[in-house]
Amino acid sequence: MVRLLLLLPFIGLMIVPFYNIREPHLFGFPFFYWYQLAWVPLTSLLTYIVYRSVRRAD
Amino acid sequence: MLTNVDSAAFAVFLALFILVTGMGFVASRWRKPETLAHLDEWGLGGRKFGTWITWFLVGGDFYTAYTVIAVPALVYAVGAYGFFALPYTIIVYPFVFAVMPVLWKVAKERGYVTAGDVVRGAYGSRGLELAVAATGVLATMPYIALQLIGMEVAIKALGLHGEVPLVLAFLVLALYTYSSGLRAPALIAFVKDIMIYIVVIAAIAIVPSKLGGYGAIFTAADAAFAAKGAGGILLSPAQIVPYASLALGSALAAFMYPHTLTGIFASSGGNTIRKNAMMLPAYTLLLGLLALLGYMGHAAGLKLASNNDVVPELFKTLFPSWFAGFAFAAIAIGALVPAAVMSIGAANLFTRNFWKVWVDPKVTPAGEAKVAKITSMLVKVGALLAILLMPTQFALDLQLLGGLWILQTLPALVFGLYLNWFSSPALLAGWAVGLAGGSWLAWSDGLKPLHSIDFGAGKVAIYTGLLALALNIVVAVVVNLALKRMPQQRLSREAA
Repeated sequence: MVRLLLLLPFIGLMIVPFYNIREPHLFGFPFFYWYQLAWVPLTSLLTYIVYRSVRRAD
Repeated sequence: MLTNVDSAAFAVFLALFILVTGMGFVASRWRKPETLAHLDEWGLGGRKFGTWITWFLVGGDFYTAYTVIAVPALVYAVGAYGFFALPYTIIVYPFVFAVMPVLWKVAKERGYVTAGDVVRGAYGSRGLELAVAATGVLATMPYIALQLIGMEVAIKALGLHGEVPLVLAFLVLALYTYSSGLRAPALIAFVKDIMIYIVVIAAIAIVPSKLGGYGAIFTAADAAFAAKGAGGILLSPAQIVPYASLALGSALAAFMYPHTLTGIFASSGGNTIRKNAMMLPAYTLLLGLLALLGYMGHAAGLKLASNNDVVPELFKTLFPSWFAGFAFAAIAIGALVPAAVMSIGAANLFTRNFWKVWVDPKVTPAGEAKVAKITSMLVKVGALLAILLMPTQFALDLQLLGGLWILQTLPALVFGLYLNWFSSPALLAGWAVGLAGGSWLAWSDGLKPLHSIDFGAGKVAIYTGLLALALNIVVAVVVNLALKRMPQQRLSREAA
């Protein structure tokens, strides 16, 4: 079930209208840019959580 | 040939190029195998690359020199739309995490080297094997040519003109790939990736301070698009579905290519791949920031002859010449790693799934390695000739179609890892219809990657590769159902 976490980046990044906006800005970056960049570490983190639960698999 | 060459930049460039050339030849003795005359060794580096080597190799191989040039160029030209590379290179990793360890395990247990091997093993079909292998080779050729374009841009930025430097660089690459196999790009990838990291980190740290900060960069880009009347720092409503579908389709296609699969097969195990799916997004962060160089080009007020010049011009304008030379060397060396792995991946396919099957079934492991080495050489020479003799646009168009083609191998390669339902004729039919239908759609749309569909409530443009994949899967399912019914009907008739 933990594996389902891997679907979150797909959902977060495929809902383009949700993040195709300017505000709020962060460090001068419009929302569109920092939201997508934020998914990079977030995806790594989610992958790590799944990895911890499956690494003994083989 | 040597007009307008800055001596500091040229010296740095040349020194680094000589360094990696030396490394390329020494690589044959790195992690020395008993013999290099075996495809597992020459073509997969012994399947023993651990987490770090795989990280550098796949990172160096997937984020190519052309990416470094073309993504900022697209962002410079059209704005937000060019950023689809960012969601693409994020969602690709959950896919890699879930699928690639399974594929690796099958390959390791049965000694497979290529996607064609995996498909033959799963379905026992020579036809499907040949289809997958041929698609891989065809899709890779223009991709190699693209690396040459990236290298050309870097060499030109240095002030060198004519084709001689490009030809020399490529011949050197062909020679050390021939002698060292996958070990050469794996070793060079360390240097290449560290250089690219230094270049991009320097750019994103120093350039904004020279241009008034990120806020000012976005404002300048916004103003430039408004003045041009096209593009923008947000997507237009019509660009939303193209953005999402290009990201998804590219992510599904990315690890179907022979060069990325070679990196996967060469790793030491499932957990190596899983850890890499966790760590490779570091390169994506780099790519996302690199893409912003396109906006920095607007903020710096660059006047460009070609969009592809945005990265080199930015470095020439804002950095001392020795660092510009370092950056251009990073891009040129950045082309060597993917070009080498691509030619090795294509050579492995040709050797295992064509030569061994149709020409010389009794070929020895040493003979396989020999055929692959020669093929890798021919593939590179072919790409070089294509760039020298044909218009650049031809390579770009073919590369676009290549992405669409390689995506059509996904059902054959991946479905069999999870399902035992599909038969090879059904998958072959799906592949053929997807490939032909997709190519036809792309052709009729003037070789644009998007196809408009009228849903009644207005037209929506979708990435053509994804449409072709949907067609591919539908055909495979329908043909499979039909094939499963046929023998039963015959049986029931006989019973009656």
